[in-house]
Amino acid sequence: MAFLRNRIPLLAGLGILLIGALLAWLLLPASRPADIRSTDVTIPVAAAPDSPQTIDLDATVFQPERTPAPAVLLAHGFGGNKDDLRDQATELARSGMLVLTFTARGFGKSGGQIALNSPDFEIADGKALVSWLAQRPDVLKDGPDDPKVGVSGGSYGGAFALLLAGTDKRVDVIAPVITYNDLTQSLLPNNATAPGPAGAGTPAAAATGGDGVLKKDWVGRLFAGAARSPQPGSKPEPSVCGRFQPQVCAAYIELATTGRPGAATLDLLHRNSPATVTGNITVPTLLVQGEQDTLFGLDQADANARQIRAAGGTVKVVWYPGGHDGEQPDQKLRGQIGDWLHHYLTKSGAEPSQGFSYTVRSPFRSGGSAGRTVTAPGYPDQTPRDTLPLSGPQQPVLTPPGGNPASTSSIPGLSAFGGSAVGSLLSVDPPGQFALFQTEPLPAQLTVSGVSTVDVQVAGMPGAGGDATLFVKLYDVAPDGRRTLPGGAVAPIRVQNIPADGSPATVRVSLPGVVAPIAAGHRLAVVVASTESSYAGDTQPSIHLVGMASGLTVPKVGGTREAAAVPLPALLGIGAALLALLLAVLAATIRRRRADTVQESLTGVPLAIEGLSKSYPGGLTAVRDLSFRVEQGQVLGLLGPNGAGKTTTLRMLMGLVHPSAGTIRVFGHAIFPGAPVLSRIGSFVEGSGFLPHASGMENLRLYWAATGRPESEARFDEALEIAGLGTSVRRRVGTYSQGMRQRLAIAQAMLGLPDLLVLDEPANGLDPPQIHQMRDVLRRYAASGRTVLVSSHLLSEVEQTCTHVVVMHRGALVAEGEVADIVAGGGAATFTVDDRQRAIAVLEAMDGVSEVAPEHGAIITNGAAPADILVDAVPDVAEGATSPEAAPRNGTSPGPRHAAAPREAAAPQDGTPGDKGVVHANLGGLPRSVAVAALVDAGIAVDSAGPRRRLEDAFLQLVGEGPSL
Amino acid sequence: MTDVSTGAAPGYRVGRTLSLRVEWLRQVRRVRTRVTLGLLVAVPLLLLLAFELGTGSPNRRSGDLVDLGTSSGLNFVTFAIFSSANFLFVVVVALFFGDTVASEASWSSLKYLLAIPVPRSRLLRQKAIIAAALSLLGLLLLPLVALGVGVATYGGGELVTIFGEALPFETGAMRLFLSVCFIAVQLTWVAGLALLLSVVTDAPLGAVGGTVLVSILSQILDSITALGDLRMYLPTHYSMAFLDLLTSDPSWKDISWGAFSALAYGTVFILYAARRFARKDVTS
Repeated sequence: MAFLRNRIPLLAGLGILLIGALLAWLLLPASRPADIRSTDVTIPVAAAPDSPQTIDLDATVFQPERTPAPAVLLAHGFGGNKDDLRDQATELARSGMLVLTFTARGFGKSGGQIALNSPDFEIADGKALVSWLAQRPDVLKDGPDDPKVGVSGGSYGGAFALLLAGTDKRVDVIAPVITYNDLTQSLLPNNATAPGPAGAGTPAAAATGGDGVLKKDWVGRLFAGAARSPQPGSKPEPSVCGRFQPQVCAAYIELATTGRPGAATLDLLHRNSPATVTGNITVPTLLVQGEQDTLFGLDQADANARQIRAAGGTVKVVWYPGGHDGEQPDQKLRGQIGDWLHHYLTKSGAEPSQGFSYTVRSPFRSGGSAGRTVTAPGYPDQTPRDTLPLSGPQQPVLTPPGGNPASTSSIPGLSAFGGSAVGSLLSVDPPGQFALFQTEPLPAQLTVSGVSTVDVQVAGMPGAGGDATLFVKLYDVAPDGRRTLPGGAVAPIRVQNIPADGSPATVRVSLPGVVAPIAAGHRLAVVVASTESSYAGDTQPSIHLVGMASGLTVPKVGGTREAAAVPLPALLGIGAALLALLLAVLAATIRRRRADTVQESLTGVPLAIEGLSKSYPGGLTAVRDLSFRVEQGQVLGLLGPNGAGKTTTLRMLMGLVHPSAGTIRVFGHAIFPGAPVLSRIGSFVEGSGFLPHASGMENLRLYWAATGRPESEARFDEALEIAGLGTSVRRRVGTYSQGMRQRLAIAQAMLGLPDLLVLDEPANGLDPPQIHQMRDVLRRYAASGRTVLVSSHLLSEVEQTCTHVVVMHRGALVAEGEVADIVAGGGAATFTVDDRQRAIAVLEAMDGVSEVAPEHGAIITNGAAPADILVDAVPDVAEGATSPEAAPRNGTSPGPRHAAAPREAAAPQDGTPGDKGVVHANLGGLPRSVAVAALVDAGIAVDSAGPRRRLEDAFLQLVGEGPSL
Repeated sequence: MTDVSTGAAPGYRVGRTLSLRVEWLRQVRRVRTRVTLGLLVAVPLLLLLAFELGTGSPNRRSGDLVDLGTSSGLNFVTFAIFSSANFLFVVVVALFFGDTVASEASWSSLKYLLAIPVPRSRLLRQKAIIAAALSLLGLLLLPLVALGVGVATYGGGELVTIFGEALPFETGAMRLFLSVCFIAVQLTWVAGLALLLSVVTDAPLGAVGGTVLVSILSQILDSITALGDLRMYLPTHYSMAFLDLLTSDPSWKDISWGAFSALAYGTVFILYAARRFARKDVTS
């Protein structure tokens, strides 16, 4: 049985273990990541082409656990140094590649001057680094002086990767991040071309014209940042150019002061751009470009992708929600870059997908996913495009003198907020300085993914032709009119040769590449503004008339959301959890169905307790080796002072408390929590328990309904009569007094007339008439063949209510038997006679009778009641041992009882003939009836005869201490 | 008369004790239950009132929850769910599960139920089922009321997702229903913990408050990004994963992990609660 009882916890434990193991298996990392050793090195490279002099490049080698390994050259961004790359290098080394990070010339601790990724300087350095790697024994090689090497880097470093791959055939794979294709187009963009047939079909293809508009904020920031960070240890001299090469510095100064590049500057920028070498790149190329990037937009990666693909290289393009205005690639994206490099360097593992993916950012940054990634099978050659009609009249656009005030669309490095609060607040178009054209509200959601185009007509005022510099932006307009600028980017256009006769010049404008979800009901708006604070626009005042020559053509790259397959381990885990629950429920059912143990010989015994003990952790023993029986028809009193273990015994009897040892059998069936035989016990233990919000009647009905037994067996009427609540039974129990609850609880215990009624301190809270009535009820209840068990700490209570008594003290049984027997323990008897003198003589003359003595003081005329009177006579004794006085119920009843007052020792008295009084005697084994007969025979009138000692005396003697009640 | 093999009183069957109907009556008459369900009805109305009374400032940030919430009836439901998922629903589930045994103990009525006798595992099961039913009722009541008032006020248009996509009414309504289902599954850990605390303590407030406290603690820890991947062990980590369903192309990854995480925690808590309750000495 113990085994069966323990089955639920066992199974539950197994389930917990199972789930715990599963969790650990699923979620804990397989092993601790290996520690990567990094070594700082200084690599000398030629100071200039064909120069015998060298400069030192500051570099660090990250060695993987196992060598030889393929190598990766990591280059940093403009203004940074090799330390920016430590995390990424460590990650790459962990995945099994030797990583060389280095600080480019002109930055950090490296020597030399900044030449803007010049093929003669920085790219030559790169070749030297590749050779340096080829000499390391821990680097795998394709041949002599040809290491297996990949190149990656962000921004300036990304262009380095492209330029190196385009000039050094030893490079095996590259992964340029957020970089440019052509510096002239990205720093001096002119997004206007002549209208004509559609150009390249890639999503972010931007047709560009020459003579661009300087991105002055960005260029200034970059130049200043690099120029003002001297080489550590060197003596900083005040200098305009800092560590820039003179040619680069001169080009910048020209741009910054005039806003227009000269031929030399354009040549310098173009020569140092990847566009010059992308036609040579045939190695696998992963192009990562940012969607939040006003410096190098999506069009730059698009150009790189087109050119490398045309040259025969394998190209994968990823647009991620970050960039120069947003976040760096996160760990997941860096992992993707690492996988790309690793696969093409080792030719091991599954080939990385060449699918094109972009991330649609949720405008909700709080909680939930930040974006969703859409994947197309490849970077599309023919992007589906929608053309949306734009409405709006030809509008005059004023260019203010000096270009001030200017529209503000973004602040370099800050436009990550372009889609949210800050961006909206910053975005300002001064009135009169822009023209607005809108689409109709979109019937369905549309995700603009790439470069949109629109044909714009620009006319001068009659007589004033020439050129115009304008800025075109694509806004998302909410139904309430609020506009947001996706990506924060603008497309500058320089419209040339506007006819002086007022007729318009038409140009095709490539808008900035964006990934922008436009909700249904929103409009797209094209704004053509005359100024933009971050660009070097026109400063000469002018007015142009701007109109639309076409609708807005927007790219829509279809695709599936990144294969977010349902993770199998999670499904298995869900199954395991549900299985564990199911097992537990099944186990509980099995446990309930187990065979009950019956002791046939006890089926007629309402209660048999054997060797019952209850110890609590901490050493307290509430019940100690208790054994007793209750037979049918008995009203058994469980008597003991507070703390004797009565209530604990009753709780064990009800299956509420688990015994430490011993058994309780009710009608032969063992008691355990939920034992069906408990249904034959009606109980009231330790106070009432009702739903305070329901009425007394509802409580009884709900209780009976909870038993699931037929309502006809409940006997509500009888129970309600016992409760005696009258109309209060319809009131909420919460409003009841203590006594009312008590009566309702006893009534509840009696519902269904249980075979064994267990009442714990039933008299508490009842007033005398109610106590009297209850005693009556209990006796009648037992008389009907049922059994009652009453616990009490009140002697009088037990004495007057019970036929049998079990006396407990400190958890142990100290006496049991009929109340009369306990009371008459030892044969001591008391007689009330009309002639004490003679009675003493008669008694003393009898055999075996001793200790005959008169009672001192004749006031007490009725010393004791016969045992049978104990049950019949019901004086209304107020509860509590300290209230000895109570009115006699009728003439025949005994007088007041002293419940607790210590009885005086009977003193011998001079027996005057004829005095009425009480005589005590120890009858030994002699029945009282014989003594009474002898007295009557002697002509003595016997008013009453009974056991001399009262229960309290017996009790006090039994527990071996003074009054403790 | 009596059942000879078990000694049970006539008419007594274990399977009939504390029937779901009776337990339902015991719980549904309580002020606590009615107030809670009433509150869930009131929340959408209060939100509506707030939307209607709140004067939008011209510089209100674009695309935020409130703007989206008023774009259609379904979006109003989305907003109501979104704003309730992390706290209100947690409190409601914690209340129904945490209070169920502990309140009986605090009224001293638990011992009389057990003495009927209702076997302990059965008592826990019946109480858990009704608590679950009440929780589900609450979980459905709020979105349904929100749907009613939302459609009446903002129309039965498309559901505009947080990515700006528009889902037709039927699709959107189905996705919202799935979201509520996910929230229900995701809250099993709350139910399990509340049930466990309800069994351990006799104070209903302790069980409910303790559970809510753990949820808040978990959310605070989840907001510390420095904890990195450790955060996915937190039971509340996936509580907002239902937003993944509210796109044109739902992702099941976080949904699956969230359901697993919650069920795993829930199962452990519930099994431990059953074990504790089976072995417990009931004294109140």
